[in-house]
Formats: sequence, structure tokens, C-alpha cells
Amino acid sequence: MTSPSDFTPLFSRRQVIQMFAAVSASLGITPEANAATVGVADTFAKGYGTDPTLTKLYKPGDVWPLTLNAEQLRTVTALCDLILPADDLGPAASAVGVPQFMDEWISAPYPLQQEDNPVLLEGIAWLNTEASKRFSKSFAELDAPQQATIADDICHITMAKPEFREAAQFFERFRSRAAAGYYSTQEGWKAIGFVGNITSATFDGPPAEVLKLLDVEQTVK
Amino acid sequence: MPIIAPSKAQPEYDVAIIGSGAGGGQMAYTLTLAGIKCVMLEAGRSYDPQTETPMFMTGSQAPLRGAGTPDKDFGFYDATIDGGWDVPGEPYTQASSKKEEQFWWWRARMMGGRTNHWGRISLRNGPYDFKPRSRDGLGFDWPVTYEEIDPYYTKVEMLIGVYGTNSGMENTPDSPEGVLLPAPKARLSELVSQKFGKKLGIPFMPIHRAVLTKPLDWQNIPKKLHPGNEWAQKIVADSMMRRAPCFWATDCGRGCSISANYQSTTVHLPPALATGNLDIIPNAHAREVLVNDEGKATGVLFIDKTTGKEERIKAKAVVIAASSGETVRLLLNSKGGKGIANSSGLVGRYIMDTVGTKVTGHVPILENVPPHNEEGAGGSHTYAPWWGYKDQAAGKLDFARGYHIEMGGSRSMPIGNNPVPDDLVRGSYGKKFKQDMRRYYGSIVSYACRGEMIPNEKSYCELDPQVKDKWGIPSLRWHWGWSEHELNQAAHARRTFTDLIESMGGTVRHDKTEAARDYIEPGGKIIHEVGGAIMGADSKTSVCNGWNQTWDVKNLLICDGSPFASNADKNPTLTIMALAWRAADHLIEQAKQGNL
Repeated sequence: MTSPSDFTPLFSRRQVIQMFAAVSASLGITPEANAATVGVADTFAKGYGTDPTLTKLYKPGDVWPLTLNAEQLRTVTALCDLILPADDLGPAASAVGVPQFMDEWISAPYPLQQEDNPVLLEGIAWLNTEASKRFSKSFAELDAPQQATIADDICHITMAKPEFREAAQFFERFRSRAAAGYYSTQEGWKAIGFVGNITSATFDGPPAEVLKLLDVEQTVK
Repeated sequence: MPIIAPSKAQPEYDVAIIGSGAGGGQMAYTLTLAGIKCVMLEAGRSYDPQTETPMFMTGSQAPLRGAGTPDKDFGFYDATIDGGWDVPGEPYTQASSKKEEQFWWWRARMMGGRTNHWGRISLRNGPYDFKPRSRDGLGFDWPVTYEEIDPYYTKVEMLIGVYGTNSGMENTPDSPEGVLLPAPKARLSELVSQKFGKKLGIPFMPIHRAVLTKPLDWQNIPKKLHPGNEWAQKIVADSMMRRAPCFWATDCGRGCSISANYQSTTVHLPPALATGNLDIIPNAHAREVLVNDEGKATGVLFIDKTTGKEERIKAKAVVIAASSGETVRLLLNSKGGKGIANSSGLVGRYIMDTVGTKVTGHVPILENVPPHNEEGAGGSHTYAPWWGYKDQAAGKLDFARGYHIEMGGSRSMPIGNNPVPDDLVRGSYGKKFKQDMRRYYGSIVSYACRGEMIPNEKSYCELDPQVKDKWGIPSLRWHWGWSEHELNQAAHARRTFTDLIESMGGTVRHDKTEAARDYIEPGGKIIHEVGGAIMGADSKTSVCNGWNQTWDVKNLLICDGSPFASNADKNPTLTIMALAWRAADHLIEQAKQGNL
């Protein structure tokens, strides 16, 4: 075989990378662009089917109707932001569309989501009942320390007191779904430490400082 | 000659090929470049990876953040369309209500079939793998040897582009010098596995995958693949130079719009179409292979799914490459349900899958690692080939065949699901939760057993006496059963992976009291369905001969995994392609001698 420099592919790697940078930009990989592009929904109340267009931008509500009422959405938003607040790692869950994703999830026609539906809806109702019992307000109206008194009772499924066991099951499910929603965004990637979805001319493996930290050497030369 | 509707078909072709995946794609490639006129029937719609692949799309741009659903089992962005464990309007049944006696049947109804989403793992069977019965008295020998298939493995590797290294390990064949493309650098969890694996004698090393880590040598490879055929060389060179090497982003399961990995739709079909010798009819659901009174195949009866009408095409030879289940169904449904190529009574028998089980662990030394890019080649870089031949020969193991280890553990793109297990972050919310998520992300590793299943009498498929698909074609009914060999192998894998994770200071995430029957993946789940029309040296005990040709219908070839007489731990796709290329060469020879 000849060496790589002896022959040229139709497109150079640089050209291909530039082409794709342009495509990524035109697709708009920002939440704003995402929200501005609306797909026409023609399969409402069903799923997206086995042959959906994969290169289109979707937002919650495009394929099946959202079902949370305003009060439920306020509660969901408050809990999303209590679990995933704005901090030095990134924005709050509500800033990257997690409450709308939760609405989409709860409203979806698929088995896993339909199984989640009553757990999450009953949990949301429970939060407001509990907030009302303790502070005579809805959950969303509570200040952070007040919300924390409730969250502290239900945030650990195996350590929760028996009277909070069911609410703790809800909390664990909700936290897991909210994390799925948050960390699937570019802001979430930064927060968790995912680096990628960008073209590169080479793949260099873990950097030297990382290899040193784990006391390993790169074995593929 | 292009992608056409049935009304545009020629009155007769040399060869009709049913299926457009690895086997059908390879047949079309080899035959059309030899000047043979072919028509290909694909049950699914046409599909264009260049415009349809969701490169760079993120979870936040997909319904449900890209999570898998029954419509898209492996996630919204998985390349498979109109396919999955359930295909609407095309039911299949189970003979038993017991879970362990059921088969999960994956189907892809699209141009290129499963090759669009497959893992691209491209391993050669070794010499032992073609003669397993001679070694341990179990299962069946193939009527071919490794030495006969070796040159075709090399050709396929050169054509599709496979990265990896030669290991020199027992029954894990090396490729000729210069054939494999450079292996990508190992990721952190892969290097850590290698370090700790070494202490336990587990040899982690670069895997072989059909992904271009540099451009293919389009000036020289075509000459080696098609000596003396300058016309073919030019077509193949043109096709090769259009493939760009990997740019180290986007999971291969989505397919690849720059053709950096192998899928039939980007590697086999474009040059075959460029010859002008191939018509492809999509949405063509094959119902019967037509045979005449002399017992020769004369064409195919199919449903045009766009109209629901029956159509026929005529051909001098027929190739079936529809995947084991579909191939069996077609053979049994032919001749008005009397069946063809079945004088042995073995059509549908000896269906095999891969033995699968997985162990996941939390490894604290991988917590809080500084963020860095680990996307790599869109799939695995590292595996461990079966290392237990010596122990097996010494009678130290309670199962007969080997498994290799595939591993996961990279800092891959979070999409659709919570990237950290719920129990690790119990009790936390708010700022602490976000810190915990960052801490644990990347600290989860998994090891998957991919092992050899020995063919048995309990695992087969047949026509269901009642159930039909929406066109009235009888459906398949499945039977399944593991032997102690598979169960013991899965148990060995689980113990080994547990030891490995614990040697790293990690904690496994399964219930240690479970029995192998509970954690072996169900039949079919690994989607390495092979057998059902096994090849052999004797027409009484096999369906095909060593040229993938059915004993009963000489001009009918089966070129998917159905003729496999065993299912080595090596993933079947590369072997399907090597056998298909060889079968096509043989068919060309036969045609030249006027034997068709």
C-alpha cells in the first residue's frame, strides 16, 4: 500500500469538517433555534411511528399534545429547578426546557411513559397537598428553605420514613427523568463534563494528565 | 439501471437477489462488477444515508430527548427505520409461553437492512470455528475450511475498510500485513480495563471494526480486488474515493452520511448501481421463490407494498439474503406452502444467536476525571478475544466454546436517559446533585459476553398454522432453548467480569444470587440470528453445500447467516460477506460453464 500522502480522497478531511460545521450551524444547535423550528404534527395521539424524519428539529408538543395544566406545570418547573438549579456548573433546568420535556414525557403514548404518568401526576399533586399542609401555599410558591424541608423528607428512597416512602419513589423517578432531560442538552453536557459532538482531524485518546491520574499508558500507538 | 418500481423491471434478469443487507449487498457488488445483470428486492423503502443520517443531532432536538420507544427501540436517532422487535402488520408467534423458550426477532425493513445500524464489529472466524465438531464432538462441521475462506476475508476487509491490529492469538486470525487500518487510541476505561485485565489474564486489545481511520487506498485496492478487470477497478476506485475517513464524532448506530463506516447502502450498493447492471425494487416483500417442473428457480413472487399487488420477476438464478428467519419463511412458503430446498427437513432448524450477558460496575477510581473527548470512532475500540482455549483443552471449564468481551465505559454523549444510575445519587438534589452527577459520570463500566451457542434441536422456527401477515403470508412460529454449555458460559462470564470490576476496587451492580437462566439474554436479543438452512457435506443432513447453494435447487443460493453450521463468538457479518463473495465467484464460474 502507498502512504496516505500518495493519494487524495474526493474531499479532504478539512473540507468535510467545514461542510459539517456549516450543516450543524444551519440546523441550529442552540435551544433558541430549536424552539423556533416547529415540525408539523400529523400523528397526534399516536407516537411518531417507525419512520419519523430524523434530521428535523422537534420540540415538546410537536408529535403528541402536552397535557399538564398551568398549575401542574408550575409545580413541575419548581421541582425541576430545585433538583437542577442555576449554579457555577450551568443554568437551571427551566432555562433549558426541562419542564416542557417532563410534560412531553408524561403525555407520551408509549408504555414506559404511560407507566410513569400516574406516578408523576400523583407525586405532583402530593407536593402541593404537602406544601399546603405545612405552609398553606402551593409548592411553587414556597421559598427555597421551605421547599427543602419537603425535599429532605423524600429525596432518599431507602432512608425515607414510611409515611414518605411513596413520595420518595415519586421523587426518585422525577429526579431521574429531569436528569435525562437536563443532561441531553448542550448546557447539560457542560455541567456533567461531556466533551464531543465536534469534528476532529485526529482522535488522541485521553490527555496526559488523565493518563497520569489513573496511572495508565496509552497502549495503541 | 437504478432504483425502480416493479413496472420498470426487465422481462428477465440473470440473478434475482432478495435482501439488500450485508449478504445481498455483497452478492450484488460481486456479480454486477462481473457483468451479470441483477435485480434486487428489498422489503423496506429506499434509504439515503447522505441526507437521512442525523449526524450531530442532539437529544434536545428529538422527541423525548431521543429516548428509545417501541417505534425506535434503540433510540430516536438509531438508523433503523420501519423495523424493530415488532413490525406493524407482520406478526410472529412463540410456541411456548415460557420466556426462556422464546425468540426475539429483530427485523429491519429498509434499504441496507441491519447494516445501517450494526456495531461494525468485524471479526474473522478462526480455523477451529469451521470444524467445531471435529474438535469437541458437538454441533456440526462446516464443509469449508478457514484456508478456503481466508482470501475472501481479506478481500472484504480491503473493500469495506476495517481498523484493528493483528493479535497473533490462538484461533483469532491475523490479516495480511497492510490490510487493517490503524486502530484508534484506547479510551480511559479501556486502558484501565487492560491494566487490571492483565493481572487476571484477560487480554484487552484493539477490536476490529468497519470504520475508516484513514482514507482507503483507492489507487491500489481496486486492482487487488478485481485483477484484470479495469472497468470494475475504476468503478470501485470512484466509490472508494467518495468515502471520507471518520471525523471522530457521531455514534455509528445512526449510520454515517460521509460513508466513514461500512453500511451496504454506502459501500456495496453504490458501485453495484454504477455498473449499470443492477435494478433495485424497494417495497418488494418476497412471498415465494418460483420453481419450475425441473425443480429450478425461475424468479420471485412478491408483494409490491406500494400497491398491495402481487408481482413477479424472472431470473436464471435466485439469491436469498433476507436474514435467517425471513429466509426460512420464504423457503417454507414457496411452492404454495409446500416448501422448497427442504428434502432434508432441516429448513428452519438449528437457529442460533450469540450468548449474551452483561455486567455493569461502578468504579470509584474513574470518578471526577477531568472532562475530555472520548467519542472516538463512534463505537468500541477495545475488546478481549477468547483467551480460554488452553483451559478448555485441559478440561478445566464446564462449557465447550468461547466468548469474547465487548466493553463500554466511555464518557459518551448523554441522550434520552439519566447518564448516572439512580441509586448513586440518592439523597441529593440541587447544587449537590449536579456535583454528584459530574462526579459519577464516566465511572460506570460494563462488560458484555458475546459467546458461541452450539446448535440444538430445541431452537428452530416453522410456519405458524394460523397466523398470517397483513398480505396473507403465513408467519413464523419460534421455539428456543439453551443447553448447559451456554448457561455455564454465561455464568463464567459473569464471574470473570465481577472479578475484574472488583479488582479495580469497583462494585458490581447486579444481584449475586441470580442464576444464569435469569441473566443470559433471551434468544435473538443479540441480533446475531444465524442458521436455519445450514451448510454441510451431505444433502441428507444439510440444506446448502459449501458454496451456499441449496442441494435441491441448484440455482438457488442462500447468502445471509442461514447457512452457518455454527455460530462462533465472532460477530457474523464479516463471515456473511466473505461467504457471499465466494459464492458469487462460484456462481460466475458456473455461469461461464453454462451450468445454470
